[in-house]
Amino acid sequence: MTEVEYVGKSIRRADSVKKVTGALEYTIDSNMAGMLHGKLLRSAFARARIISIDMAGAQQMPGVVAVLTASELPQPVPRFGPVIADQPLLASGETKYHGEPIAIVLANDEDTAAAAIRQIRVEYEELPAVCTVADALRPDAPLLHPGGKRHDGRICDSNVCGEFEFKWGDVDQAKRECARIIDDVYSFPMIHHHALEPLSCIAYPMDGGVAIKSPIQSPFILQRVIASCLGLELSAVRVIASDIGGGFGGRGYPKLEPLAAYSAMRTGRPVKISTSLDDGFFTVRRLAATVSIQTGFDSEGRIVFQDVKADFLMGAYADACTRIVQKAGFLGCGLYRTPNARIVSRAIYSNTVVSTACRGFGMPQLVWAIESQMNAASRLLKIDPLEIRLRNLPARGEVFVPGDTPADGDWREGLKKAAAMVGWGDPKKSNVGRGIAIGVKTPIPASVSNAVAKLCADGSVTVAVGTTEMGQGARTVFAQIAAEVLRIPVEQIKVIMGDTTVAPFDLATAGSRSTVTMGTAVMAACEDLLIQLGAIARELGVIDREEDAEFANATIRGHQGPISYGELLKQYLGTLQGEIVGRGMFQGEKDSSHPLGGLSDFWEVVFTSAEVEVDRATGKVAVRKLVNVSEVGLAINPLQARAQEEGGLIMGLGHTLMEELVYDESGKLLNAGPLDYRIPTAMDIPTIETHLMENRDGPGPFGAKGIGEGPVIAVAPAIADAVYDAVGVVIKDLPLTPERVWSALNASGRGGKNGN
Amino acid sequence: MFTEQNRNAGRAMVTDSIAITFTLNGATTSIDVSCTHTLAKVLREQLGLIGTKISCEQGECGACTVIVDGKAVNSCIVLAPEVDGCEVLTIEGLAQHGELHPIQTAFIEEGAVQCGYCTSGMIMSAKALLMENSDPTDLDIREALAGNLCRCTGYQRIVRAVSSAAKKLQTVDAGSMKG
Repeated sequence: MTEVEYVGKSIRRADSVKKVTGALEYTIDSNMAGMLHGKLLRSAFARARIISIDMAGAQQMPGVVAVLTASELPQPVPRFGPVIADQPLLASGETKYHGEPIAIVLANDEDTAAAAIRQIRVEYEELPAVCTVADALRPDAPLLHPGGKRHDGRICDSNVCGEFEFKWGDVDQAKRECARIIDDVYSFPMIHHHALEPLSCIAYPMDGGVAIKSPIQSPFILQRVIASCLGLELSAVRVIASDIGGGFGGRGYPKLEPLAAYSAMRTGRPVKISTSLDDGFFTVRRLAATVSIQTGFDSEGRIVFQDVKADFLMGAYADACTRIVQKAGFLGCGLYRTPNARIVSRAIYSNTVVSTACRGFGMPQLVWAIESQMNAASRLLKIDPLEIRLRNLPARGEVFVPGDTPADGDWREGLKKAAAMVGWGDPKKSNVGRGIAIGVKTPIPASVSNAVAKLCADGSVTVAVGTTEMGQGARTVFAQIAAEVLRIPVEQIKVIMGDTTVAPFDLATAGSRSTVTMGTAVMAACEDLLIQLGAIARELGVIDREEDAEFANATIRGHQGPISYGELLKQYLGTLQGEIVGRGMFQGEKDSSHPLGGLSDFWEVVFTSAEVEVDRATGKVAVRKLVNVSEVGLAINPLQARAQEEGGLIMGLGHTLMEELVYDESGKLLNAGPLDYRIPTAMDIPTIETHLMENRDGPGPFGAKGIGEGPVIAVAPAIADAVYDAVGVVIKDLPLTPERVWSALNASGRGGKNGN
Repeated sequence: MFTEQNRNAGRAMVTDSIAITFTLNGATTSIDVSCTHTLAKVLREQLGLIGTKISCEQGECGACTVIVDGKAVNSCIVLAPEVDGCEVLTIEGLAQHGELHPIQTAFIEEGAVQCGYCTSGMIMSAKALLMENSDPTDLDIREALAGNLCRCTGYQRIVRAVSSAAKKLQTVDAGSMKG
């Protein structure tokens, strides 16, 4: 094992002082000279024909520069989207969801823009909307995008936008021979990301193109989408990703930026669109899902087959959802050895807010079903929930999804650890129960990350990456990796992030990938610097021609003793022109025969356990303890890794116990805002314990794997199993609200006073 | 029941702006503010103090928490004219002479900072709590922070940071009393 000086240490976050003093400037805090403020008018209905829009009152207000609706835009109205370009800059002809932007006011100040919005009069003809999987699939359901293109390029003849099938073995044959089949349906609600920083962006004209500053996770995706939407070359679009006040996938793909970019180019002035937390509810959400699973078991509790039908409810536009549904479907049998499998996952349009990537990328929805199914099997076969999972978990090196990366961790050990940490099998009081579950996901297959490292004349280093800092701590982790490779103090490394004109291409800050993919690129860029330094040292005669260079303490060891990097550059380039540039690239393994285009770089695996106490009189579930064990390979920064894993657990606690976007039958969103949509507060949290399994067996720098999404994935089934263990009720729909638990208790005659 | 005097006051209220004087992070500050602008807006846009964050703008998330006369308030639902004559403390007033306040240090050391957007408000709520209660229990801390939403951290490290800062401050206080 190599000695490491900077990685594996809980080095202070690079941005921490700025964040605790309030000095960090987020996009919403930024302004530019001559800037216009944009405010949006949002649709009052889910689905409606726009009969007329009277803008006169708004246009006449002093300070209003422009009022734009779809009619004022180029025709056909420009559309955007990371996979399918189906979302118009402003609703055109028909609104497709409650809250869809239909007009923008551009004014000299924010107050005027907000006041002008209130002067716009819209006449609508309300039309029937579809807001559930069942309604969207009805044969006579109104189509969201008649004539639009599906994921596979075919024309939409229903609200199904994407349909993906994965299979191996022979499910039908296995089904005929299997005596123990569990057949159930599970549902997962719409969840809002609820990042605290409201959406905002600033766009300004730039040399015939446009620049956009935005809290965006994936600046290069935004660059591509804006270029394509507005008919610009990629080089004419500059994206500056500012540090994000909470991403979680909700800042992964373009939202308001294309409209801001268009407005800036049209007016020739900088345009800032800023919103409040409520607006977020009309902009992003997680996919809801209804998952039907048949699972067959042998008498020993081993899985014989799984037949999975996962219907994911998208919003009104595709965003990244077909990719999410495809990727999640691929792992539709979870982490288990499944000899016969058939998985069909569908992405279905509805008249609801646009759904997008959200921490776990479709896996929390599927894992809720898969793991609930394992709990059902445990009850049917009378095998302990821990034991039945151990029997089905692949051993290290075993292939569990045909054609993909074999099991790359000691998963049974991880599961046992999570069980031990929650006191599995220990005596417990009445109404107290424990549950356990396993979460899994893959990063983005065959993806690309590039990094540039510049060694300055004074020996300090700038590392430029396309990754965005959104709280996960990537800036610190990259500095640690660079410091380790270059053998220089971590404080001497500056990491520049997310500016498409400064940093080389990176696919995305997503999928728990950055430590592995960008970390590898940073490592390679720094190694490139060392190779160049070695070559310079040989040329200058500092070391022999055949000699390997040795680096330590920011110096290279020469015949005359150690020489600092800065001194070496000065000798080689001269006093006034020192700098060398290193390049590094990561490219995931491509495989054209793989349904996702490439192999999983690693498996992100977590083991979650919970202890709960249920109040039989009210149905309230009090979670006492939540445990997470993650297979991380190596934690580059253990404090940050643990903190991020804890946060993931509590985000999972939210969708498990309390969170759900509620639509009425007409398609109106009833709880758009923090007052009516509750996320966990400091009063709701249990004792949290995390354990990082570090076997240095990942593909990333120093054996790291990716983390961050995992802990959100398996919280719900772990808690639901604990509820069953406590009071004997099985609930298949999230969230486990007191009302739902109380109803289940009373329906099964288990309600009433505590202590029964 | 308008007297002549407060009818004039009422009239003053409907004009665009009003002059106010208050103590901001220890310094006397006199400015004209719009009667309809919130304290958060004035701090951020007129006084350039962007450390006070805005998010929900309806008093639900706590990101904009500042301390007015010793109490934590959501500055997004306090009208700026209301702080006339008050003492206002924002996140920018916490570090003294370039040295972080023990709560700020504890947030860093305990790993209680991720995206940072809730951090200013959290720290100000914690500060208000510790001004009133120098030895809070974990439950006291959770209650004091219940109005500050965080989506990144899961709160445990924040609670721990406030608890550890309280202990450090007690030691400092005890030390200064001895001295």
